[in-house]
Amino acid sequence: MMLAKWRPKPSLPSPNVGPGLTGWFRKNLFSTPGNALLTLVCAAILLVTVPPLLRWGLLNATWLGDSRGVCDAASQGGSSGACWVFIKVRMGVFMYGFYPLAERWRVNFAVLVLASALLPIFAPNLLHKTRRQILLSIAATLTVFCLFGWVPAVFIAFYLFAPFALERLFQGKPFLELFGSQALAVAIGIALAVVGGGLVYYAVLLGVDAKAAGAIGLIALVLMLFLLFVSRLTTTGWRWVLLFTVYPLFAFFMLVGDVFGLPLVETHFWGGLFLTLAVAVTGMATALPIGIVLALGRRSTLPVIKTLSVTFIEFVRGVPLVSVLFMASVMFPLFLPENVTFDKLLRALVGIAFFYAAYMAEVIRGGLQAIPKGQFEAAMALGWPYWKMMGLIIIPQTVRLVIPGLANNFLSLLKDTTLVAVIGLLDLLGVAKASMADVEWLGFTKEAYIFAAIVFWIFCFAISRYSVFLEKNYHTSRQ
Amino acid sequence: MSKKVAQSESKEPRPNLLNDPRVRGWLAQVLVLALLLGVAAYGLYNIAHNLNKAGITTGFSFLNQPSGFDISQTLIPYNSRNTYADAFLVGLLNTLLVSLLGIIFSTILGFFLGIIRLSPNWLISKMAEVYTEVIRNIPLLLQILFWYLAILAPLPGPRQAMHLGDTLFLCNRGLQIPKPLLESGFLATPLAFLAAIILSICLIEWSKRRLLRTGRHFPDYSVAAALLVGMPLAAMVLTGFPLHWERPVLSGFNFLGGITVLPELIALWLSLTLYSATFIGEYVRSGIMAVDKGQREAAYALGHRPWMTYRLIIIPQAMRVVTPPLISQYLTLVKNSSLAVVIGYPDLIHVFAGTALNQSGQAVEIISITMAVYLGISLAISLLMNWYNKKFALRGV
Repeated sequence: MMLAKWRPKPSLPSPNVGPGLTGWFRKNLFSTPGNALLTLVCAAILLVTVPPLLRWGLLNATWLGDSRGVCDAASQGGSSGACWVFIKVRMGVFMYGFYPLAERWRVNFAVLVLASALLPIFAPNLLHKTRRQILLSIAATLTVFCLFGWVPAVFIAFYLFAPFALERLFQGKPFLELFGSQALAVAIGIALAVVGGGLVYYAVLLGVDAKAAGAIGLIALVLMLFLLFVSRLTTTGWRWVLLFTVYPLFAFFMLVGDVFGLPLVETHFWGGLFLTLAVAVTGMATALPIGIVLALGRRSTLPVIKTLSVTFIEFVRGVPLVSVLFMASVMFPLFLPENVTFDKLLRALVGIAFFYAAYMAEVIRGGLQAIPKGQFEAAMALGWPYWKMMGLIIIPQTVRLVIPGLANNFLSLLKDTTLVAVIGLLDLLGVAKASMADVEWLGFTKEAYIFAAIVFWIFCFAISRYSVFLEKNYHTSRQ
Repeated sequence: MSKKVAQSESKEPRPNLLNDPRVRGWLAQVLVLALLLGVAAYGLYNIAHNLNKAGITTGFSFLNQPSGFDISQTLIPYNSRNTYADAFLVGLLNTLLVSLLGIIFSTILGFFLGIIRLSPNWLISKMAEVYTEVIRNIPLLLQILFWYLAILAPLPGPRQAMHLGDTLFLCNRGLQIPKPLLESGFLATPLAFLAAIILSICLIEWSKRRLLRTGRHFPDYSVAAALLVGMPLAAMVLTGFPLHWERPVLSGFNFLGGITVLPELIALWLSLTLYSATFIGEYVRSGIMAVDKGQREAAYALGHRPWMTYRLIIIPQAMRVVTPPLISQYLTLVKNSSLAVVIGYPDLIHVFAGTALNQSGQAVEIISITMAVYLGISLAISLLMNWYNKKFALRGV
C-alpha cells in the first residue's frame, strides 16, 4: 500500500508590503494604479505651488535692512521676493497700535501679570506642585523687577503670593458659624466689609490718588466679603477670585492710566495685536459667565425668566455680529441721555460679550442636559439652595463636559475680534490695513496680510490643541 | 386633649414667606421684569428726546422716498430715483446671491475635502488636512481682505487684462463674462428642462418600485441624464436657437457688453467658499466616521463594490449625522456674507444699514428691518432643519 505522504505546498511569499520606507510607500501611496495616479497628480500640484511660494516667502525675500530702499534694490536686482523688512520696521505698530512709545512697558507689564496669573491655572500638569508655582512666582517677580523697577515688582509679588497666603490663613472655623446665629454673622460681616472698604477708600483718597480711590475701595469691599463668607477656598480658587476682582481694575488703571502718575492713554490709541488680545480676553471672560446665567435662565421653571432668556438667545443667534456691532455703534448712543457718551471700544466689547454669551449659553445648555438627574436630586436632598447646587455641583461638571464646544466658541470669538474694524477700531488686521496706506510703504499688501494671518493662525491653533489636551486630561481623570 | 393639640398646632410658627420657593420665584421675576421695563422705558424716552432734537420723524414712511444713491451691482432695474424700499430689495437680493453661490460651491468643495481626508492615499489626505487646518484658523475677514486687496486689486487694468480666448477677461475691474441675449421662443427651453426634471423623478420612482417588485433593473439614471440633456437641446433646435451671446469687447479704457462680475463679489464668494468648505469637510468626515465599520464590511461581504457601498450604505447613514450641522453652517454662511460691508460689496448691510442709514438717519427703523430680515432667514432655515430631523432621525432608539 502506498502511503500518500502529506506534503504541504511551499507557502506563498509574504505580501509585498514589507516594513521600512518602500513598504510604507507601497501601502500608503501606490497600493492600486488609481492610487498611484492620484499620488502623482498630488505631487505635481505640490511641485507647481510650493517651490514658488518658498522662493517668494523665504529664499528671495529681503530680511535685513531698515528702509524701503533695501527691498527696492532687491527687486531691481531681479529677485521677486517678499519684503519682510516692512514687517520688521512696523513691528511696534503691529503689536501695540498707536500706543505711545514711552508707555508701551505698561502693556507688557499687564500682559506679563496676566500670563503669570493664568499659567498655574491653565497648565495643571506642569505646575501642579506648590513648589513649582512658588518658583514661577519668584521668577515672574524678578523679571518684573529687572524690567520695570521695584514698584511693579512689589505689586506682582503681592498679586502672585496672595493666593498661597489666603489659603493658609483661612483654614479655621467658617466666619458664618462664629457667632451662633447666621443672621448676626451676615450683619457683622457686611458691616466689617463696608468699614474695611471705606477705610481703604479714605486711605487711597488721602494718601495716593483721589481718582482711583472709589474703584479701589469698591474692590476692597468685594474682597472683604469674599474673605469673610467664602472662606476655605483652594489656592486656585483664590487665583480665580483675584483674576475677576483685582486684575481687571489693575489692567484698567495700567492701560488707561491717568492715576498714580501714569499719563492718560485714550482707547483710540490702542491697536494691533494688543487690542485684539484685549478684546478677545475681555470677551471670553465676560461672555462665559453671562452665557452660564442665560443657560440657567433658559432651563429655569420661572416663566418670565425662561421667556426672556429664550428670546434673547434666539434673537442674538439669528443675526450677524456685524449688525450687532452696527447696532452698538449707531443705535446704542440714541438710547442714552444726550450728554452721556460711551467709549467706542467699550461699545464693541459690550456687543461682543452679549453676542457670544448667547452662543456660550447654547453650549452650556447642552452640557446641563447631559448631567444626570441624580446630581440635582442629591443636592436638593441635602437641602442646598439653588445657587450653591449650581455653583458647586452642576456647573463644574457641565463646563468639564462641554470643553470642546467652549473652545470652538473661544476660537470664533478670537477670529471675530477682527470685526471691530467695521466700527473703526484698529486691531491687528486694521493696523495691517492702515499701514498699507503709508505713503512710504505702498504695495506691500501681501506681506502685511500674511503676517497677520500667521499671528492669528498661531493663536487659533494653540487654542484648538489646548482644548484637545484638556479634553484628554479631564477624560482620564474621570475614569 | 384635643384642645391641647389644637392649641399647639395654632402655636406652630408660620414659615417665613421669603423662604417659600414659589414666593421667591415670583418675587425674582417681578423684580427682573420691573428692572427691564424700567431700562426700556428710560431708553425709549431718550430715543424720543434725541430724535426730536435731531429733527427726525420716526416711522416707515421714508421707505417711499427716493434714495438718491446708486448701487454698483443691481439684479433688478434700479437707479438713484428709486425709493429706499427698492434699495432694500437690491441689497437683499445681492446678499442672497452671494450666499447662494457660497452655499453651492462650499458644499461641493466641502464634500470633496471630507471624502479625500478619509482616503487611504496618505499624500492626498494629508494635503486636505493641511488645507483644513490652515484655512479654518485664519479669520474670514482677513481672507476676504487678502483676496480683495492683495490678489484682485493688483491685477492689470482692462487693456492688459488676462483673458481666455476673447470670451473671458479678468482685470482689476472684475471678471467680464458673455451675456446671454434671449430672443422670443427661448421660453420653450426652460419649460422643456422643467418637464425633463419632473419626468426623471417619475421615472426613478417607477424604476425603484419595479426593482422592489420584480427584481429587474432599469437603467434609470442614464435615461434620466439623457432626458435632462436631450429635452432642452431638442427644444433649442426646434425653436431655431433663440439664444445669442454678447461678448465683452475692449473699447477705450473699459469693456463694453457682457456682464461684469465685480471684484468684491469674486473676493467674497471665493473666501466664503474656501472658508466654509473646511467646516463642511469636517462635518462630512465625522459623519462618515460615525457610520459603524460593520456596515461597510457587511456591504463588502454582500459583494457591493466600493462605489455602491458608499452610495447605498454609507452616505445615507452619514447624511443623518451631517445634515444638522451642515444646515447651521449654511446659516453661518448667510450671516458671514454680511462681512461684505468691509470691502464694499453692496449687500443688505452695506446698502441699507450703511448708505441708506447715513442718508436718512432712520437708525432705529433701518437696524430693526435689517435684523428682522436675518432673523427671518434663520427662522426659515431652522424650521427646515427641524422638519428634516423629524423626518430622518432614527426612531425608537
